[in-house]
Amino acid sequence: MLAENTARKPLHRDVIRGLQNVVGASMVLHRPEDLLLYEYDGSVEKGRPGAVVFPTTTQEVSQVLRLAAQHDVPVIGRGAGTGLSGGALARTGGIVIVFARMNRILELDLENQRAVVQPGVVNYELTRAAEAGGLYFAPDPSSQKSCTIGGNVSENAGGPHTLAYGVTSNHVTALELVLPDGEICRVGSRHGDSLGYDLAGLFVGSEGTLALVTEITVKLLRKPESVKTLLAIFDRVDDASETVAEITARAITPAACEMLDGWTLRAVEDFIHAGFPLDSAAVLLIELEGLAEVVAAQASAVEEVCGEHHAREVRVARDEQERELLWKGRKNAFGALGRIAPSNYVLDGVIPRSKIPQALRRIQEIGERYNFKIGNIFHAGDGNLHPIVLFDPRDAGQYQRAIEASAEIIRYCVEIGGALTGEHGVGMEKSELMPLLFSDDDFDLMRRIHDAFNPRSALNPGKIFPLNKGCGEITPRAQVAVRAIPL
Amino acid sequence: MNTTAMSVAARLESVVGADHVNGGSESCAKFGVDGAAPSVVVRPVSSAEVVEVARFAKSEELALIPCGNCTKLDIGMPPARYDVALDMTGLNEIAYYDPDDLTLSVDAGMNLALLADALAQQKQFVPLGVPFFEECTVGGTIASNIGSSLRPGYGSARDFLLGAEFVNGAGTLTKSGGRVVKNVTGYDLHKLLIGSLGTLGAITRLNFRTFPLPEGYGHVGSTFSSVDSIVRFQTMVSKSPLSPSSFEILGPEAAKVVAGFQGDRDSGLPSWFTQGTWHVCVGFEGVETVLRRYSAELMQYAEKCGASSGDLLEKSAEKSLRSGLRELIKLLSRSGPAATIFRINTFPGFSADVAMLDALAARFSIPSCVFATSSGPLYFALQPDDLNDKTITSLAQISSGVFEYAAARNGSAFILFCPTGLKRVINIWGPAKNDAALMRRVKNAFDPENVFAPGRFVAGI
Repeated sequence: MLAENTARKPLHRDVIRGLQNVVGASMVLHRPEDLLLYEYDGSVEKGRPGAVVFPTTTQEVSQVLRLAAQHDVPVIGRGAGTGLSGGALARTGGIVIVFARMNRILELDLENQRAVVQPGVVNYELTRAAEAGGLYFAPDPSSQKSCTIGGNVSENAGGPHTLAYGVTSNHVTALELVLPDGEICRVGSRHGDSLGYDLAGLFVGSEGTLALVTEITVKLLRKPESVKTLLAIFDRVDDASETVAEITARAITPAACEMLDGWTLRAVEDFIHAGFPLDSAAVLLIELEGLAEVVAAQASAVEEVCGEHHAREVRVARDEQERELLWKGRKNAFGALGRIAPSNYVLDGVIPRSKIPQALRRIQEIGERYNFKIGNIFHAGDGNLHPIVLFDPRDAGQYQRAIEASAEIIRYCVEIGGALTGEHGVGMEKSELMPLLFSDDDFDLMRRIHDAFNPRSALNPGKIFPLNKGCGEITPRAQVAVRAIPL
Repeated sequence: MNTTAMSVAARLESVVGADHVNGGSESCAKFGVDGAAPSVVVRPVSSAEVVEVARFAKSEELALIPCGNCTKLDIGMPPARYDVALDMTGLNEIAYYDPDDLTLSVDAGMNLALLADALAQQKQFVPLGVPFFEECTVGGTIASNIGSSLRPGYGSARDFLLGAEFVNGAGTLTKSGGRVVKNVTGYDLHKLLIGSLGTLGAITRLNFRTFPLPEGYGHVGSTFSSVDSIVRFQTMVSKSPLSPSSFEILGPEAAKVVAGFQGDRDSGLPSWFTQGTWHVCVGFEGVETVLRRYSAELMQYAEKCGASSGDLLEKSAEKSLRSGLRELIKLLSRSGPAATIFRINTFPGFSADVAMLDALAARFSIPSCVFATSSGPLYFALQPDDLNDKTITSLAQISSGVFEYAAARNGSAFILFCPTGLKRVINIWGPAKNDAALMRRVKNAFDPENVFAPGRFVAGI
């Protein structure tokens, strides 16, 4: 995986010249040293494009796609490159369209709680713009200060607060799209209801394999009246994970419920100084939002559950500053881990919430067997695990073992009724594991949908589908032996 | 039954067994759509049997329409072809339920009210506050995407449907999504099934996120003298910290229909409810202190907008109102021989919408009413006294007016229920939209041979 596709042949000069004609010479990168950065995203995968272009309008995107189609060159959309599954990487070479210059908020309709944005708008910038009206954009991935809404749409991104408010698809009402042949079309409506099939629902999360998104209409939510952020501290990981299961079983619905194990929080604390207790085995960061009366009642119920599961202490953030510091610790955790290992592999399995305790025990056991320290920092409230395997990619053996350990964890997630990915997307990282969940008949229908919009695999080839069940001309490689598990 | 029908029935018997095939005229009539009756009704009891029926239909070039309890089978255009009714009520069990995880997997043919009873034992529910609640199936509710009164609080089905299993037109059992509350593995094909009216395949199983049943319910009902004051009230509530579970706006005639709903209630609604004025009913949930706060603040907002209000916190009266509001579409759809209900998506501009619709109905002297859900569509119901050629002509002209108006507002409109005669002169989906070609691509991917419900959907699908 890691070494794949780093030496693609360069694009023909006619293609480069054509791209320069569309967006201007300064907005096309094609020299190897300029392309290096675009080999990477936030994952452990790599894929070098033949060229990178920075269009500013939908028309330019359309023209780039037409040009690419003429020359039979694949096209890959890219936001800020923060993705964690290799979704924005040029697996088979081709042209990467970076949406960084399509970064305008086209309309902010505070009265009707809608915004129309270009795909390159940074997630957090939309929330900042909406703040004046007491509104915000709910999906809040950890990378929200750098990731783009176009990327969020492609991957159907989540974040801690999706527990209460849903993932990106719950907040998108309409899209402008460009199909691989350059055709520009619109789906959905500003209202959210439209006639016919829910095409916006299909395109959100399709990982750039059906069309490129050039304009997005989203809902904005009103900020809650009251917010309470609790930090529950535990001496045993089991107690923390059982607390999460119990909070779910008692149908208490926090806005967010995050878990950090002791090892991870110590790494974070060294870096962020968020106030996490260094001697604890795990903490839960629980946020409650809503009417003051509801939040007060939920806080007392949460404290009761924490107490029953032997929490050493439950702290309540005293003010907004303390709350922000706790969240800073959570959202910068992956960066903090970069200080203690050359690389890390962040997984994204999802499991039924009632099974969190047993899943964490299994992850620990797998880590011990493969001789890796595996940290856990994740969205406990919706069962979205993010085990982090630390490794040194310069050691090929270590890399391979990290991949194997990760695959074993994901297999276990599926075995207990879960799924491969909760919010990071399949990309090229998990495509070979897809047969764990899907049968040949499932792939056949997904392939027909793929081909209905992207028949020649001109868009983002080599993603989502396992290479031997996919679309287009990708050299097959050895497939992991897996078997579909019934729904 | 003619010879061809007998032959189809006999061969289907070999596929699913004689007990599950019924070619009797009474049975076929029950599954009739807009005057077209199937030649045979087949009732599979497993997804494997649904696969076999779909394969049979595909190989014989027969048209299938998946049906639940037929409460909303009239939605859509008359089928271009209709050979076999696929009665899905034989798949009617809860396949998996993990109350501790608040997730559920249920067969599509299960009765919605029975499902609600089963979940209530665990103090949970699926927030589908839909009409025909007592008699409809879960699958029919999703396939029709009929409006839910709980949408302001819980969203629509796409917000809590986690996955689905279905038999597509190629005759294979396929799935999408899963049983976990957060999942981006593969294309979200199950979202396409919502509102697809059986044109993409037969849904066999649906996975939902379940929710805790609230501790208590309340409603504030307010009467308004003008639509503008309702809009002011709506804005005030949307800018407040309150998040109501339902928000129904009822035109004067719609309020009368709700007030007349009997259902299983054992107490009447307050006398002010039947006055000939606009009503807004805001539903909310929670513990006693929360109910009291909602009640006080909503009445305060209403008063500021010149409305008089009353709250319904008493259990039986509140339940009566809730059921009446939920069943309003059903009540109106059965209110006369030519009852016609439009569903209109425009945004924003409620006052202008109402003025235009009232004027349209008045021009043709047809009794009408308007109702809407905050954050949901606007409904326009016409209740002509009788059904004749003149009525159809008037309804057709009104339809053109509604479609043109919605298009001019960058919105859309279609006719949810109407007499079959109207469908012979107009397309209930209105003029084709720009995304028609994309819709057809989806249909062709799911059902390349056009086996499922041909001709009933948008864009001639």
